[in-house]
Amino acid sequence: MGKTLLEMKNITKEFPGVKALDNVNLVVEEGEIHALVGENGAGKSTLMNVLSGIYPYGSYTGDIIYDGEVCQFQKIKDSEEKGIVIIHQELALIPYMSIGENMFLGNEQGSKAAIDWNKTFNLADKYLKMVGLSESSRTLIKDIGVGKQQMVEIAKALAKNARLLILDEPTSSLNESDSKALLDLLLKFKQEGMTSIIISHKLNEVSYVADKITVIRDGSTIETLDKTKDDISEDRIIKGMVGREMTDRFPKRHDVKIGDVAMEVKNWTVYHPQFTERKVVDDVSINVRKGEVVGIAGLMGAGRTELAMSIFGKAYGSNITGQLILDGKEVKLKNIKDAIKHRIAYVTEDRKGNGLVLTNPIKINTTLSNLSELCTKRVIDQDKEYQVAEDYRDKLKTKCPTVEQNVGNLSGGNQQKVLLAKWMFANPDVLILDEPTRGIDVGAKYEIYCIINDLVAAGKSVIMISSELPEVLGMSDRIYVMNEGKIVGEMAGAEASQESIMSCILKS
Amino acid sequence: MGSVSIKDTLKKYTMVIALVVIIGIFYIGTDGTILLSQNINNLLSQNAYVFVLATGMLLCILTGGNIDLSVGSVVCFVGGIGAVMMSKGINVWIAVIVMLIVGGLVGAWQAFWVAYINVPPFIATLAGMYAFRGLSNVVLNGYAVSISNKTFLNVFGGGAECYIPDFFHGENLNITCVLAGVIAVAVFIVVSIKNRISATKKGYVTTSVAGFYAKLVIISVVIMFLAYKLAGYKGIPTSLLWIILIVLIYHYVTTKTTIGRYLYAVGGNEKATQLSGINTKKVYFFAYTNMGFLAAFAGILTVARAASAQPTYGQFYEMDAIGACFIGGASAYGGTGSVFGAIIGALLMGVINQGMLIMGVDANYQKVVKGLVLLAAVIFDVMSKREKK
Repeated sequence: MGKTLLEMKNITKEFPGVKALDNVNLVVEEGEIHALVGENGAGKSTLMNVLSGIYPYGSYTGDIIYDGEVCQFQKIKDSEEKGIVIIHQELALIPYMSIGENMFLGNEQGSKAAIDWNKTFNLADKYLKMVGLSESSRTLIKDIGVGKQQMVEIAKALAKNARLLILDEPTSSLNESDSKALLDLLLKFKQEGMTSIIISHKLNEVSYVADKITVIRDGSTIETLDKTKDDISEDRIIKGMVGREMTDRFPKRHDVKIGDVAMEVKNWTVYHPQFTERKVVDDVSINVRKGEVVGIAGLMGAGRTELAMSIFGKAYGSNITGQLILDGKEVKLKNIKDAIKHRIAYVTEDRKGNGLVLTNPIKINTTLSNLSELCTKRVIDQDKEYQVAEDYRDKLKTKCPTVEQNVGNLSGGNQQKVLLAKWMFANPDVLILDEPTRGIDVGAKYEIYCIINDLVAAGKSVIMISSELPEVLGMSDRIYVMNEGKIVGEMAGAEASQESIMSCILKS
Repeated sequence: MGSVSIKDTLKKYTMVIALVVIIGIFYIGTDGTILLSQNINNLLSQNAYVFVLATGMLLCILTGGNIDLSVGSVVCFVGGIGAVMMSKGINVWIAVIVMLIVGGLVGAWQAFWVAYINVPPFIATLAGMYAFRGLSNVVLNGYAVSISNKTFLNVFGGGAECYIPDFFHGENLNITCVLAGVIAVAVFIVVSIKNRISATKKGYVTTSVAGFYAKLVIISVVIMFLAYKLAGYKGIPTSLLWIILIVLIYHYVTTKTTIGRYLYAVGGNEKATQLSGINTKKVYFFAYTNMGFLAAFAGILTVARAASAQPTYGQFYEMDAIGACFIGGASAYGGTGSVFGAIIGALLMGVINQGMLIMGVDANYQKVVKGLVLLAAVIFDVMSKREKK
């Protein structure tokens, strides 16, 4: 050990309006397992995308020095030629193709005129053995489990002659024994001289395999811990991840009276819509009072969105069981229309994908979920509609030339305001806001927080789902912590801290 | 609040400008023949079915670039049923109502598979295209059936008498027709100005004053020009009245009603629409059922014009309608487009057809030109979207 294989120097990468990486430095030695940890959105994946050429040279600043030479990768193929192979969080396998076909997709064996299938499958079998799988490479991907699929991903990387293996949350969809097998495989590869970078949220796993741990926070490297020299306990790592100062990024809420329970969910269980044996939300019981902001913290994939959408008129999931109580009365919501009628609103986390019709103007988006309010006999009163859109533009300070402007041309923050306006116009009592400030700048965030404050001041109830811990802490009266479909903690907003939430999640 | 800029206005009316340019080219190419009264009359009556079908097709396309391939076959099937009924002496109005109901049912049949069973529209309507072509043959027994019912032909635009009679008996000029043009212009101007006054009063954004009056003048001139030209031949063809009626109704539906709004929303973002509490399945069902209904209406116009029904009628009508929509600025991905756009598209295709016919261009090359125009229009749509990003 000791020879530096990779050095990333002063990497800065900007997206429109956001600095995703700010002078990040990373040094990886040959033959080590290097862990990259940080909160959601800290910039880990962005950094790896820079390294593998997904963001081509020129779209970032800084140097990548790999194996002693400065590299300027234009595309993934360039980095793969050097032996840098990235395995993404989402499995990139095609279910109805065989293992062998998947493994050599884009790297087909044989001549230009024809693929040599015998060679393909023979080679594939060889690599499968290396990762400890006994399946034939002619088996279809859909017929093997998720754990084995992840192994196939690794075998696929080996087939590309990987020297530096990058794994982005490789165990996020695996159960414990599959995760253990994968981590042991990494340790075995290490002994054979392979270098790996692993991105993970599971700190116990990081402590288990990593030689060095680099902590990234808000797009900058904070520190690198060395197993042989530093303390790498989970608490130590958590401190590095969240140790940021809280300033007055959140507007004060004055004298909002918290009233009776507005909505309560009891023993709520939801199964996955396609894989109907998989529980996504598991026996969840939560409530929210009038005038209260309840935060739901947790990592991505904890089941928070699924919980919210299943409450919102069964917009997600199958075989939903449990009680939904509104204002003390149990109700059964058949569909989304029903939910809106019962004055529940769900403001989606994916405003472009699920929230707004980007090709339509602001006014049309604003009124879409409550169009009947403007109608006489299904004919829309367009003057009234314009007035409504204008009112919300004023109220929420949406920056746009006119409400006739297409929503697709607005900035993220203004789109979010239009989305909020849309659901405020539906006149709900309970608003479920799913990541209401994702991907918008600090100023717009502050304005969104003000809107939330106004809502609860008017006696509405707000459930705020957020992956940004400071936001959950800064805005919530009460916080639920959710992990793997279960509520694993509940605490008063004033008592909660980033450490207490993180340890709730990580130790559950 | 600023006014809408000239550049945006030009972009909005690109296809109208293209239409004018193309008419200009053919005017020169045919030494003015294309703008003779009779030719304008023919252009409108001959393409009546395209206008009707394009209107219905637009609603399908709005839902997400979905098309209906069966309309040509449905035109033929419904036309065949009507022709056979009338040849057996059944009352003309009963026949018309049966035709429209059959069209609606055919539409609902396909709409059911598309909306509730999630059969891709392309497949569901391809199946319909084969099936109803076959059934047309069955209904007509493989032969042509001629239609002699005078009322039917006059009302729906076939034979020599399918014009609004001139109540004033002008010598060389149909006075009723000119008068109708004047009334149309007057109504148009009054309504436009009234709308504008009420809009400015409420402080809404409006186009510049010059732009507004320019538009007013141009459209008035076009209406008067058409009325004058038609008056110089035999007057207002009845089929034109039907076209105007359909266009106005569907313009209203798409711009002023909730179902119209939902069509655009589904095409723009289906998931967001669903999450807004709207039953998107019903929207699809409406679009395709309506298409069947309008196909039936186009079938009525088609057999009336030909004064007969034949098992080969309606072939490639679906393509004309689809082409008209896309040329008229409907997006192949859904969510954008307008009834007037589709009509402009249909007119453009019609002008090209007729212009080339008069110039004596080989029929095979006519198809080549039509294909290229369609391609160019869609390339334009794709490119102008890319520019924005």
